[in-house]
Amino acid sequence: MAKWIDVCNVDDLQPDSGVCALLDGEQVAIFWMPVLSEAEGADAKVYAVGNYDPFGNANVLSRGLIGDIGGQPVVASPLYKQHYNLETGVCLEDESVKIPVYAIRIENGSVQVDLSSLPLHGEPAL
Amino acid sequence: MSVKQTLVVIGNGMVGQHFLAGLAESTIKEQYQIITFCEEPRAAYDRVHLSSFFTGTTAEELSLVEDGFFDRHGIILHLGDKAASIDRTAKTVTSAKGLTIAYDKLVLATGSYPFVPPVPGHDRAQCLVYRTIEDLEAIAAAAKTGTVGTVVGGGLLGLEAAKALMDLGLETHVVEFAPRLMAVQLDDAGGAMLRRKIENLGVIVHTGKNTSVITDGERCVNKMCFADGEELETDIVLFSAGIRPRDELARASGLEVGQRGGIVIDNQCRTSDPSIYAIGECALWNGMIYGLVAPGYTMARTVVADLAGDSLSFTGADMSTKLKLMGVDVASIGDAHAKTQGAMVYTYQNGASEVYKRLVVSQDKKQLLGAVLVGDASGYGTLLQYCLNGIELPENPDALILPHRSDESVGLGPDALPASAQICSCYDVTKGAICSAIEGGCMTMGALKAETKAATGCGGCSALLKSVLDSELSKQGFEVNTDICEHFAYTRQDLHNLIRVEQIKTFADLLHKHGKGQGCEICKPTVGNILASQWNEHILEKPHLGLQDTNDTFLANMQKDGTYSVVPRITGGEISPDMLIALGQVGKKYKLYTKITGGQRVDLFGARVDQLPHIWKELIDAGFESGHAYGKSLRTVKSCVGSTWCRYGVDDSVGLAIELENRYKGLRSPHKIKFAVSGCTRECAEAQGKDVGVIATENGWNLYVCGNGGMKPRHADLFATGLDKPTLIKYIDRFLSFYVRTADRLQRTSVWMENMEGGLDYLKSVVIEDKLGLCDQLEQQMQYVIDTYQCEWKSAIADEAKLKRFRHFINSDRPDDNVVFVEERGQIRPASDNERKHFKLMEMA
Ligand code: SRM
Ligand SMILES: Cc1cc2nc3c(=O)[nH]c(=O)nc-3n(C[C@H](O)[C@H](O)[C@H](O)COP(=O)(O)OP(=O)(O)OC[C@H]3O[C@@H](n4cnc5c(N)ncnc54)[C@H](O)[C@@H]3O)c2cc1C
Ligand code: SF4
Ligand code: FES
Repeated sequence: MAKWIDVCNVDDLQPDSGVCALLDGEQVAIFWMPVLSEAEGADAKVYAVGNYDPFGNANVLSRGLIGDIGGQPVVASPLYKQHYNLETGVCLEDESVKIPVYAIRIENGSVQVDLSSLPLHGEPAL
Repeated sequence: MSVKQTLVVIGNGMVGQHFLAGLAESTIKEQYQIITFCEEPRAAYDRVHLSSFFTGTTAEELSLVEDGFFDRHGIILHLGDKAASIDRTAKTVTSAKGLTIAYDKLVLATGSYPFVPPVPGHDRAQCLVYRTIEDLEAIAAAAKTGTVGTVVGGGLLGLEAAKALMDLGLETHVVEFAPRLMAVQLDDAGGAMLRRKIENLGVIVHTGKNTSVITDGERCVNKMCFADGEELETDIVLFSAGIRPRDELARASGLEVGQRGGIVIDNQCRTSDPSIYAIGECALWNGMIYGLVAPGYTMARTVVADLAGDSLSFTGADMSTKLKLMGVDVASIGDAHAKTQGAMVYTYQNGASEVYKRLVVSQDKKQLLGAVLVGDASGYGTLLQYCLNGIELPENPDALILPHRSDESVGLGPDALPASAQICSCYDVTKGAICSAIEGGCMTMGALKAETKAATGCGGCSALLKSVLDSELSKQGFEVNTDICEHFAYTRQDLHNLIRVEQIKTFADLLHKHGKGQGCEICKPTVGNILASQWNEHILEKPHLGLQDTNDTFLANMQKDGTYSVVPRITGGEISPDMLIALGQVGKKYKLYTKITGGQRVDLFGARVDQLPHIWKELIDAGFESGHAYGKSLRTVKSCVGSTWCRYGVDDSVGLAIELENRYKGLRSPHKIKFAVSGCTRECAEAQGKDVGVIATENGWNLYVCGNGGMKPRHADLFATGLDKPTLIKYIDRFLSFYVRTADRLQRTSVWMENMEGGLDYLKSVVIEDKLGLCDQLEQQMQYVIDTYQCEWKSAIADEAKLKRFRHFINSDRPDDNVVFVEERGQIRPASDNERKHFKLMEMA
C-alpha cells in the first residue's frame, strides 16, 4: 500500500538539479528536471533515487549533473562520473550495479515520496 | 584419459616464472603434471626493480606470482629446495632435501650468479653481492655499522648498486677495471661524460684499477689494495663484476656447456639432450649469454610453443638498453661501438649541459646501426625504432641528435612505425597488437596495459606506448566526429560563436535553438563555461545552476568522502601575518585539515557542505576572496620574491604577479590556466612551466606561453621579449581571449597551440601582428570580463536563494553520518572504509 508523505515544497527543489532528503533514516536524492528543449508533449519530471554512490562510497549523488543519455534520464556521479538511470537505478557503465529508486510525486505544490517504496527501517536496501 | 607426463622446472626466477605463467595459459597445460624447484625462500620476484627494495618496496610487492597461482594451476612448488643432481639416464631430478622426481621434460631456468673475482680476501666479512633480496638485506645490515661502501665493477648493475649505497648514506666508491664506465655499452667520450655526471652526485670513481688483495683496514673493516700501489679503505665491498651462468647441474650431468660457461641451446632452446630445455641467463645461444630479462622471456615463450608443437624460434635479441642511473639518463642502442664495416659516426657533445650523443649509421647514411646517449635519452624510443625496423633515416641524420631550437619536429611519430614494429620487448607486443586492443575499446594506458601486458615489465616502453595510444585516439577522434556530445552537433568553438553572434544567454535557449534532449554532464558545463566567459553572470544564477560541475555548484572542490575543500585567493603567494592568522583561526574553528598547496596558497579540507557559507563568511570578513580552485579558470600566479628582496632580482616579480592575478581572476576558460612571474633568469617561479610565464630581464619582460606541468608536462615557448608592462598585458589579454574563444573543452593552452595549424608562429601572427584583425574585439572581451568581476563567494553569501542548496538535507539539519574523520599527525583526515565501519559499530553499541 502506497504511503505518501510530504518531503518539502516544490520551491525547495532546484531547477535542473538535485537536493537530498532524509526519509526514515534513508538519504534520498531528489531531482527536478524541467523541459529544456521542445520535446513532444514533454512535462517537467521529478525523480527520487538513493543518495549513496556505490563506486565513490559517499553520499553525493544529489550533487551530480542530470540530463539524458540515449533517451534515458540520468544522473552522473560527481565523484567518478558513472551514470545511473533515474527511472530504474541501473548504472549505465556496469549493469550489475543498481541504486534504489523511490516513488515520488508532486501534489498541490508539495513534494511527496511513497514511504512503502523505501526499504523497511533497519533492513539494508537491496 | 591419458596419463599425464611430468614436467620439471628447475629455478623459479623471473624467466622460470614467466615460463610457468605462459604454460598455465596454454592448452598443453593439461598434458603435464608440473613441478618446480625454487632454491630461494620465496617464489619468483622482480629482480629488475630489486633496488626499489631500498626505497620501501616490500618483498611481497616485488613478487611476480599472482595470489594462488600455483594452487589454481595445480603446479607443485618446492620452496627452499634446490635441485642437487640430474640423472639423465633414469630421467630423474634429486633435490637437496632428498626428493627424487622422475621427469619426462625438464626445463633449466637456473639463472646466473654474480661473478666474484678470486682476489685474496674476497670472502672477508662485508664482502657482498647484489642479486637476491637476501643480498640486499645483508647490505642494509652492513650499512648500519659502516660509513664507506665500494662497488667493484662500473657496469650497469655496478652503478645501480652504487646508487643504492649512496641512498643508504654511505660514502660511495666505484672501482672499475676498464678505463671507462659502462665499457660494454658506451664509448670513451660517453663514458667520460657519465663519469663527470656521477662524480657531481658525490660518487668517487676509480677507473683502470686492478684489485690485488683485500685485507684488514685501519679506519674501516676492509682495505682494498690495487696493483698500482694505491689503497682504499672501505667497510663494504660490493662485487658487481659481471654474471656467470649457473650451469653446474648441466655440467655434472654431461650436457653440453660453452667454453666460458652457459648451457648450449638451439633455436628451440633445447639442450644437447632433447628432453631438456634451458632458458634465461643460464642458457648460451649462439655463443651469447643474455643478461637481460626480455630475451629470457622470449626463450620462455619459445619453449611453451615447442611443447605445444608450434613453431617459434629464438633467434637472438636486441640488447639495447635505456636506464636512469642516479638520475642520469643513459642509453645504448645496437652497434654502439661502430664495429660494422663502413659505419660512420656522428657525435654531439654539450659540455655545459653535460649531454653526449653518438649516432652510428651505415655507409650510405640510410640506416641507423647504433647510438649512445648520455645525459638526455629522450630520443631513445625514436632511434630504437629506426634501428630495429630499418626505417630510412632523414637526409641529415644528425638532426636526430642535434638540439632542435625551432619548432620543427624531427621525432619519428608513432604513425611512421609499421604494424609489425615491436613496441614492448619484454612481452613482445607489436604496434599492430596495440592498435587492435585500442580498437577493441582500451582507451587508457591502464586498460591497454591490462589487455596487452605492454609496459608492465621493465617499463622502458611506456612513453612509446603512450604516444601510440594518443595518436590512435586522436585519429579515432577526428575520424568519428567532433560533436561535443549527443545533444549538440557542434564543436566547442562552434558553440562559442553561436552564443556570441546570436547573443544567447542561457543553456535552455541554446538547446532550444541548436540542440536536442536534456543535455548531459559534457555539454552542460561546457556551455555554462562559455556563457560565463562571454557574459560573466554569476554561475549560481537559476538558469545556470544546473549546468555547473559539482565543484562549481558549491564553489568548492568535492573530496572523496563528499566533503569540500576551501581555497581562498592568495595573490602572487603574498600574504600578511594577519591574514595568515585569520586563515589559521578559521581552520582551527572548523577543525579543517590545512595544507600548503603546490600553487603557493593554503587549502582547507574537510568542510561539510552546510559549513561552506559560514567558513566563507568569516574568510571574506577577514579580507579573502574566492580562489576559484573549483573552476576552469585562472588558478594562481606564482611568483618569486624578486628584486624587492632578492640580490639577483631584476624587476618586481611579486608586484607584477599580483597585478596579473587580480586582472584575470574569475575568467572562465576551456581549462584551468596558471601563470608565474620570475624576477630573473634563475626562474625560481618556474614560469616556463605555465600557461603564461613572465621573466624579468634587463631589457624588459619576456613572455612565455603554453607550458604546463601535470600529466604531460610541456615547456612554455618564448613568445615575445623585452616588453614593457602595457604591451605585456595587451598580449596576454589577446592571447587569453583567443584561447577562450577557440580552444576545445578541457584543452590546456599547450594542446590548443599544438593542434593549431601553424602553431606558435600562427599564434604570434594573430596576437602580435593582428593578422585576423581580431585584436580589438579580443581586448574588449577581456576588458568586459575584468569590469564585471565579482567574488563568487561574496555574492553567494549575500543571497538567500543561492544559499538554499548549501545544506546536506532539504528537510533536516542533521549532517551526513557517512562523513567520519580520524586524526593523523595532529589533523583530521577522512576515515577509511574499515575505520568508518568500526565507528558505526561503536555508535550502535
Ligand atoms: C591542492 C592541490 C595539491 C596540493 O595539495 O598542493 C591540487 C589539487 C587538485 N588538483 Fe592539481 N592541485 C594543486 C596543484 C597542481 C599543480 C602545481 C601547480 O599549479 O604549480 C599541477 C601541475 C601544474 C599544471 O597544472 O600545469 C596540478 C595538476 C593537476 C591536473 C593535471 C592538469 C594537466 O593539464 O595535466 C589536474 C587534473 C585536471 O585539471 O584535469 C589537477 C586536479 C586537481 C584536483 C582539482 C582534482 C579534483 O578534481 O579533485 C585537486 C583538488 C583540489 C582541491 O580539492 O582543493 N591538478 N595541480 C594544488 C592546488 C594549487 C592551488 O593552490 O590551487
Ligand atoms: C639489481 C638487478 C637489476 C637488474 N636490472 C635489469 C634491467 O633493468 N633490465 C633487464 O632486462 N634485466 C635486469 N636485470 C637482470 C634480470 O634480473 C635477469 O635477466 C633475470 O632475472 C634473469 O632471469 P632468470 O630466471 O634467468 O634468472 P633468475 O631470476 O636469477 O632466476 C634463477 C632462479 O633459479 C634459482 N636456482 C638456481 N639453481 C637452482 C637449483 N639448482 N635448484 C633450484 N633453484 C635454482 C635461483 O636461486 C634463482 O631464484 C637486473 C638484475 C639485477 C640483479
Ligand atoms: S628568480 Fe631571480 S629574483 Fe626571483 S628569487 Fe630567484 S634569483 Fe631571486
Ligand atoms: S619493453 Fe619492458 S615493459 Fe615493455
